[in-house]
Amino acid sequence: MNETIILTLITIITAATPLVYASLGELVTERSGVLNLGVEGMMLTGAVCSFATVHYSGSATLGVLAGCLAGMALALLFAFLTLTLQSSQVATGLALTIFGVGLSALIGQSLVGIAFEGLPVLMPELARIPAIGKLLFGHDILVYGSFALVAATSWFLSRTRAGLVLRSVGDSHDAAHALGYHVIRVRYLATLFGGACAGLAGAYLSMAYTPMWVENMSAGRGWIALALVVFAVWQPGRLLLGAYLFGGISILQLHGQALGFQVPSQLMSMLPYLTTILVLVLISRDGGRIRRNAPASIGKAFHPTT
Amino acid sequence: MYPSKFLKQTLIAAASCLMLMSAQAADPVKVGFVYVGPVGDHGWTYRHDVGRQAIESEFGDQVETTFVESVPEGADAERVIRKLASSGHDLIFTTSFGYMNPTLKVAKDFPDVMFEHATGYKQSDNTATYSARFYEGRSVIGTMAGMMTKSNVVGYIGSIPIPEVVRGINAFTIAMRKVNPDATVKVIWVNSWYDPGKEADAAKALIDQGADIITQHTDSPAPLQVAQERGVQGFGQASDMAAFAPEAQLTSIVDNWNDYYVERTRAVIDGSWASQNVWLGIADGMVAFPEYGASVPDDVKAAADVIKEGIVDGSLHPFQGPLFNQAGEEVVAEGEVLDDKALLGMNYYVQGVLGDLPK
Amino acid sequence: MITLHRRASPSRTMGWFAPVIALGLTLLAGLILFAVLGVPLLKAFQAFFIDPVSTRYGLAELGVKAAPLIMIGVALSIGFRAQVWNIGAEGQLILGGICGAAVGLYFYEVDAWYVLPLMMLAGVLGGMLWAAIPALLRTRFNVNEILTSLMLTYVAALLLSYLVAGPLRDPDGYNFPESRLLHDAALLPRILDGTRLHLGAAIALGIVVAAWVLLSRTLLGFALRVNGAAPRAGTHAGFNQNRLIWFVLLAGGGVAGLAGLFEVAGPIGQLLTTISPGYGFTAIIVAFLGRLHPVGVFFAGLIMALSYLGGETAQIDLNLPLAVTGVFQGMLLFFLLATDVLINYRVRWGRR
Repeated sequence: MNETIILTLITIITAATPLVYASLGELVTERSGVLNLGVEGMMLTGAVCSFATVHYSGSATLGVLAGCLAGMALALLFAFLTLTLQSSQVATGLALTIFGVGLSALIGQSLVGIAFEGLPVLMPELARIPAIGKLLFGHDILVYGSFALVAATSWFLSRTRAGLVLRSVGDSHDAAHALGYHVIRVRYLATLFGGACAGLAGAYLSMAYTPMWVENMSAGRGWIALALVVFAVWQPGRLLLGAYLFGGISILQLHGQALGFQVPSQLMSMLPYLTTILVLVLISRDGGRIRRNAPASIGKAFHPTT
Repeated sequence: MYPSKFLKQTLIAAASCLMLMSAQAADPVKVGFVYVGPVGDHGWTYRHDVGRQAIESEFGDQVETTFVESVPEGADAERVIRKLASSGHDLIFTTSFGYMNPTLKVAKDFPDVMFEHATGYKQSDNTATYSARFYEGRSVIGTMAGMMTKSNVVGYIGSIPIPEVVRGINAFTIAMRKVNPDATVKVIWVNSWYDPGKEADAAKALIDQGADIITQHTDSPAPLQVAQERGVQGFGQASDMAAFAPEAQLTSIVDNWNDYYVERTRAVIDGSWASQNVWLGIADGMVAFPEYGASVPDDVKAAADVIKEGIVDGSLHPFQGPLFNQAGEEVVAEGEVLDDKALLGMNYYVQGVLGDLPK
Repeated sequence: MITLHRRASPSRTMGWFAPVIALGLTLLAGLILFAVLGVPLLKAFQAFFIDPVSTRYGLAELGVKAAPLIMIGVALSIGFRAQVWNIGAEGQLILGGICGAAVGLYFYEVDAWYVLPLMMLAGVLGGMLWAAIPALLRTRFNVNEILTSLMLTYVAALLLSYLVAGPLRDPDGYNFPESRLLHDAALLPRILDGTRLHLGAAIALGIVVAAWVLLSRTLLGFALRVNGAAPRAGTHAGFNQNRLIWFVLLAGGGVAGLAGLFEVAGPIGQLLTTISPGYGFTAIIVAFLGRLHPVGVFFAGLIMALSYLGGETAQIDLNLPLAVTGVFQGMLLFFLLATDVLINYRVRWGRR
């Protein structure tokens, strides 16, 4: 029984990791005042590019890097359109999703049916410790990276000057501009970070979660990531909670089915979504919190008048 | 007077015949395909596309094939089918049950075009239906699973709770329990034909709950990959997935549409096409198997071969009585078999399956 | 280096000219794309833009495909102006389709004039019900409607899957997950013989007009426009934020639900496991492409629908894979969105 619990927790960690990366990147992007709905497109492009790189070069490191860069490339396109050319952020983000899905399918046409053995466990000796060894030490580098990135982002946003600048740009771009901060440049960087993270999430999907490439393999995780940013009230710590809540319930409902619960599977599959809403309602009763944390300038175009 | 007129008429008739014949010989037969998913799914749609390529390699210049991918089953389907019909296609394959009514609607308006609808149950003068008796394949792998499982728990990853999938689960379980009455099947529905991440999660959950053999009715190789990684074994689906799981794959149920597609195209070319309702299985090669995996013991191979032969020569039926449903009631009496109608609409589990179905 | 100088007032000429420029840029980018893929350029553009609408049937199909996009786009644009982000129109569409079809199936074989109107009412109410949830959660608990409306979309899709596999399935249908085919009194009448263009398309047009009237001629429309531009000014003027949110979400949900019913009672004719290829999401793009103005949304919906039809034609006539149409569509959208900048800004090269 203990063994089952530990194995289930490991599965939950795997399921939550891509959500953590994708929504963390979007969180930073939104904190700077930019709403990028193209996460799904960036994830898929990151997934296909990292898989292709691993396949042709044999190096997992290059693969992860390629995934990051691919996500950043799409994010750069988005940033140029929305920040320099001032196009509508919502529409451009959605267009990016359509574009990214198509582009990834095009790139990946010759990669279908190719196998890859996945990323190695980072600390195999420690993982052999009985009971908790596998749970604590048996993961690949991207899993540990996700936790490190959350911590680093949280620290960056709340404890560094640069993070303060980013937040002020998101809360009031006019005031930030008046204070001499380069709003557009900050937003470019935040958007690129978001793209890199989405690309990383995609790389995790095609290199670790299910090491293969098939079209549309993210299956909507980009949209879940967007929702999780809202759930997290734009705070990295709560984002981790949200990703694990959603990932956890998703896995647990599968277990419930296998245990023979007399509930139709479609209704069981609704649980992660309903639970996320319910939990958010419960923790949102302090309405003031949301108002304080939502970046006020999100989605609004910025154009300096001086 | 008469002879020369007669000669003239004969010459004209002969000339037109020749022209007609050469025109027929010159015009390639156009075959269209409507796919519900992407060709790159390495599963259901991929195998249909392999069938399409078989047509091309068999008939070369005599045919021209077209395909449209990922056509949603709602309002778009009718438009795409109609476009194919009105752009000179002579034979159109619609490869998902959700295309049933759109296909029939278009078929009514294009009586000279021939339609083949996969996994449906309605035909018309110019619409044939075809499907594969995948459940025969399930009997084979169920037997293998029953003999090879040590934990007596087998995991089954289901896509959407429709009769075809339930039929497969039941055939598998019946065959499994014939050789191993203590084994049970646990089912997880991922509610999608194709979501590698969810399929992998389902595989992990089943393995975590004690399954040492897994099988699936979803399209991606993800569950077998998980099996390979966790050191358990399983069966591939729709295509040979050994590349993804060299040690884990025991065998696979392969959809082989090639022969059927070539045959039907030939029927269109030589004019002998007629509407029909066929359900072909192992005997006709529509349900095929790759090589057994290296870890399959000889006695299991032999037992599986016996099942295949029995199905082919008709001495063995996957749904032979006595059969009991989950609640323990007898649904098929001793000595009887379920007919095709009962199989088509199957919506209950047999004994030995853990889980629930929507009523 | 590109610099933008804000115009004193939006340029009207650019309002008309920008899409033309966008089309030109798309042609250019398409040239490169198709050259790389080895497809003759003229044939490609013919397949994407001309062939789909070169027949009467094709034009009607454009209407069939565009109608839900336009309807929902218009309804959503009203909300977006008020900064209410209804991302869950797809779920509201599904609920409307379910409720409307359920009424139609309840009256199976009843040949009466009131069946269809009842179904339409049920469709509207179903969509409204689904949108009421995010509205309630936003106004009572301050929960962001992006998350709630999006999550509920997945719930709606699963609910549909459950219903057509279970309670609503065709009793003579061998337990396949499809409902009965709707009987004649429950189907939308065709308004163009020999095509699938149905009454719903005409009603969609009516909704465009109604929205235009609402926004430009009523106090509520004014409130919406003010609220979007300056919410605090709106509150000062006495416009109740909560009431606006409710109105906007219910309107959006109701229209989306009606669109769902139109799909089920129109081109499809029954309930299936999927009744929409993502109209609720595509309508969001359409709303913004149309600059949140009903007339703009109308044209944007037509363009978007044409790009989908063109994608199908390109696959059939040119053997292009579906992925290429996604890339092409994305490019078209990028250019359309990018050239919008020319309306409000003058583009200058060189340093400031």
